[in-house]
Amino acid sequence: MSTLSVHDHGVAHHDHDHEHHHNESFWTKYIFSQDHKMIARQFLITGIVMAVIAMILSILFRIQLAYPEKSFPLMETLLGRFAPGGRLDTNFYLSLVTIHGTIMVFFVLTAGLSGTFSNLLIPYQLGARDMASPFMNMLSYWLFFVASVIMMASFFVEKGPAGPGWTIYPPLSALPKAMPGSGMGMTLWLISMTLFVASQLMGGINYVSTILNMRTKGMDLWKMPLTIWAFFLTAILGILAFPVLVAGVVLLIFDRSFGTSFYLSDIVIQGQVMPMEGGSPILFQHLFWFLGHPEVYIVIMPALGISSEVIATNSRKPIFGYHAMVYSLIGITVLSFIVWGHHMFVTGMNPFLGGVFMITTLIIAVPSAVKTFNYLATLWRGNIQFTPAMLFAIGLVSFFISGGITGIFLGNAALDINLHDTYFVVAHFHLVMGSAAIFGMLAGVYHWFPKMFGRMMDEKLGYLHFWLTFIGAYLVFFPMHFMGLDGVPRRYYSFTEIESLKQWVSVNTFITWAAIFAALAQVAFLFNFFYSMFFGKKAPQNPWNSTTLEWTTPVEHIHGNWPGEIPTVYRWPYDYSKPGHDEDFIPQTVPFSQTLSSNLPHDFEDHASHDNHEWVNTQKSNEEVK
Amino acid sequence: MAFKHLINYKKFLSLSAMLLLLGTNLVMAQAASSNSTATDTGNTSAQSAGMWTSVGYYTLLFVVICIAVAIIGKIFKVYDLTLQMQGKKGVNWNNVMATCFIIFLGAGLIGVYYSFSVQGGMIIGDAVSVHGKTLDSMFWTTFGITFVVFLITQILLFGFVFKYKGSDKRKAYYYPHNNTIEKIWTVAPAIVLTVLVVFGFLTWRKITNTVDAKGEPASLNIDVTGHQFAWELRYPGADGKLGKKNYKLVNGTNKLGVSYDDKNSFDDLQADTLVIPVNKSVRLNILAQDVIHSVYMPNFRVQINAVPGLPTYFKFTPTATTAEMRNKLDQPDFNYHLYCNKICGGSHYNMQKLVLVVTEAEYQQWLSQQKPYLTDQLKKELKLAENPLYKQTVLQTRLASIN
Repeated sequence: MSTLSVHDHGVAHHDHDHEHHHNESFWTKYIFSQDHKMIARQFLITGIVMAVIAMILSILFRIQLAYPEKSFPLMETLLGRFAPGGRLDTNFYLSLVTIHGTIMVFFVLTAGLSGTFSNLLIPYQLGARDMASPFMNMLSYWLFFVASVIMMASFFVEKGPAGPGWTIYPPLSALPKAMPGSGMGMTLWLISMTLFVASQLMGGINYVSTILNMRTKGMDLWKMPLTIWAFFLTAILGILAFPVLVAGVVLLIFDRSFGTSFYLSDIVIQGQVMPMEGGSPILFQHLFWFLGHPEVYIVIMPALGISSEVIATNSRKPIFGYHAMVYSLIGITVLSFIVWGHHMFVTGMNPFLGGVFMITTLIIAVPSAVKTFNYLATLWRGNIQFTPAMLFAIGLVSFFISGGITGIFLGNAALDINLHDTYFVVAHFHLVMGSAAIFGMLAGVYHWFPKMFGRMMDEKLGYLHFWLTFIGAYLVFFPMHFMGLDGVPRRYYSFTEIESLKQWVSVNTFITWAAIFAALAQVAFLFNFFYSMFFGKKAPQNPWNSTTLEWTTPVEHIHGNWPGEIPTVYRWPYDYSKPGHDEDFIPQTVPFSQTLSSNLPHDFEDHASHDNHEWVNTQKSNEEVK
Repeated sequence: MAFKHLINYKKFLSLSAMLLLLGTNLVMAQAASSNSTATDTGNTSAQSAGMWTSVGYYTLLFVVICIAVAIIGKIFKVYDLTLQMQGKKGVNWNNVMATCFIIFLGAGLIGVYYSFSVQGGMIIGDAVSVHGKTLDSMFWTTFGITFVVFLITQILLFGFVFKYKGSDKRKAYYYPHNNTIEKIWTVAPAIVLTVLVVFGFLTWRKITNTVDAKGEPASLNIDVTGHQFAWELRYPGADGKLGKKNYKLVNGTNKLGVSYDDKNSFDDLQADTLVIPVNKSVRLNILAQDVIHSVYMPNFRVQINAVPGLPTYFKFTPTATTAEMRNKLDQPDFNYHLYCNKICGGSHYNMQKLVLVVTEAEYQQWLSQQKPYLTDQLKKELKLAENPLYKQTVLQTRLASIN
């Protein structure tokens, strides 16, 4: 009830007194803010900081892979006992891999991406004053922040951060004796992730309730931009999948700390027979991937939503097949819950089950293919404006194709026998969900930066950033496919010990240098981002000539978003380059009565209301008369 | 204005060139000297001084590059402004970016070709197992289909991006949907995927059926146990059967916890190398003791996890001996390997076992030289001399050998 009353207060307040100014202190405005715009910016900046950290971690372990025999005194200076003699410790290498994965998947591409753009765009694009429960929204950010701090704190415990890979399979993660990374660092990892999931649930429930209840007049579901559809379905995925991870994690905590054996059985470690019996390590994998697979769609769907919006706006064309785009998102959402077993083909899971998961997995490729084709059709005969956001969206489509195609190999249980856990997998997911999602996020940042900070980012630096990153990412991940095809396993500290893998050291050196260049290119972004935040050119109200509602708000942020009444929505969000209209875009707030010269039967296909029928009928009879 | 910049630019160029030369000399000298000090006296302070010089140099280099980029950016801006002041059109960035994309497409295709020819040539050779050959043909079919799709979609993507670059003279074509096209490109991938799924499903079922069917010659069972960070091997003795194991029996002398309540255990053999006869079905009985490992032998297209408490199996038939492969590849030191492919701790990267595929005769000869798992010490420890089951089994084996 309390959230409801807060919400009521908000509405009443804005309806009666728009110009009333809050006396906000520094604390309530910038730190414990309940305003969706500020929370979005908090998520974004925290996400960027975490991304930079995770990127530096990846460069550290890339250096180890490129120069497995060389010692770097600087490493010892920076990392101390984790790099004795200037060479990374083998266990610390695994910790780096683990934390890089965890931060990138959860803290950057889930919280940083969904958190930022759901918070920013859901109220803006739907015409709401704020989120349904602003207080819960604030809690969501702060739980995320605390989770990030705990995750980073694990670098300062004696045995180092968690090390059993981001999938933390027990028994490796359950037995502190098995590796240093299963000690205190693992405990912190589990605590951090539990808080993180709490944060995601609060955010997700907020997003869903806002989208379902707080749309402005005229904004029915089929008039929502694809971004909102993507955020909506992502939030549903998160709400249904994340609790399962918590269940899995809590059982793991029990196994680690209270002597239960949910995941443990028949274990002899370092010659010592352990008392646990009756558990199953595979059970954890089922629970983990029940979240883990929807998680990759939680990562990619918002990116696809953002790119749909950016591609349509900058091609000056309606997104091709709006309904097909929505239905494929829904298809992906539903199917993503029944494909998790494709991560477990060779784990000893019942092979028949593997066969079933293979069928569902390859079905999910169909909606993904439809989305790709629709992007191509949107670009066809467009009038493409190359803003930096558009470049990143095009890059996303390219990565989505390159990475998606290799999924057809991995989703095939039979082919997976030889490819499972090799660099082929690393290449696959870094392209399709790593690079593609991060490009979606960057496209979003470049596109909505004027909305977030009221200033423009530098375009030329954006171009530079895009090209260096785009080329860099391909140089890094493309050669990895071939390593995988040669049977090079992932999470190896070095490839010097196994005879047949030694030939790949030279390729690894190349990949590392490509990664270093791509990482340095991010300085162009960071400088651009933080410099433009304070000194960028002042943004106009609608810099990209876009149709959606957020561009009808004033450049200066005000509490409640619109100074006057919330605008009413009359049309779908993709009326670009409509024949018969003088400008190449018609905002959603323009009624059809003002655009008589450009109205088409297509505008009314979704709405069988009386007026529209009448209009369509007159049109038809007019045409007959002609 | 632009002139002034040009002077700056030249000055800057020569300055940076000097810096580069000087810096490289300095760092090289430092590196050489720090190496010699490290080997001669182990003087750490000199080493760290050397380290900081190189760190400073590379940081400086990066800063210089940043400044260069900034200056080039400024020059561009000035150039663009002068053009506009003269009433000409400024740089058309739409055209520039579109051209970049088409260049990227060209360079990318060349890169893909290069990657396939150079790195593609480094990948593992054809499968040397019966089921692996089916997998290989399925892999190449999938590759053929997906690679064509990859090429077409990437070319269309960058082609459209180039062709439909923005222009003030044109308006985009309003084309919101076309149900026929959408149906076609939903159904087409669905059909292709169905074919792949059916093919894959049948193959998968066949490979994962590891129980010997009736009438099939019995597979050779080999026990493979993973622990941090090594593989233990156990071969069945004359009876062809492996004895049972129980993890509670593991100790210093009985590392695998073989149970001697089972008479099949008495003649089991231990081995250091995974030696398998060619063209004979081999069934690996896989288990892990501590954490999850994975038995991975890419040449045979074999992989299955080793899980504590959950036995797993993989049945395969090798088709070429190590000696044959050495001849074929012209690599006298070629060897098959079994290595761990599931993260298992610090030395995960070095948990391997040599695999030798030999002829049946060589295999029998090798097998006869292997030591029994049941060592004298273990016999003493288990007090087997007084064990009736053991006595009975030994007697039976003797009788059998006399007959």
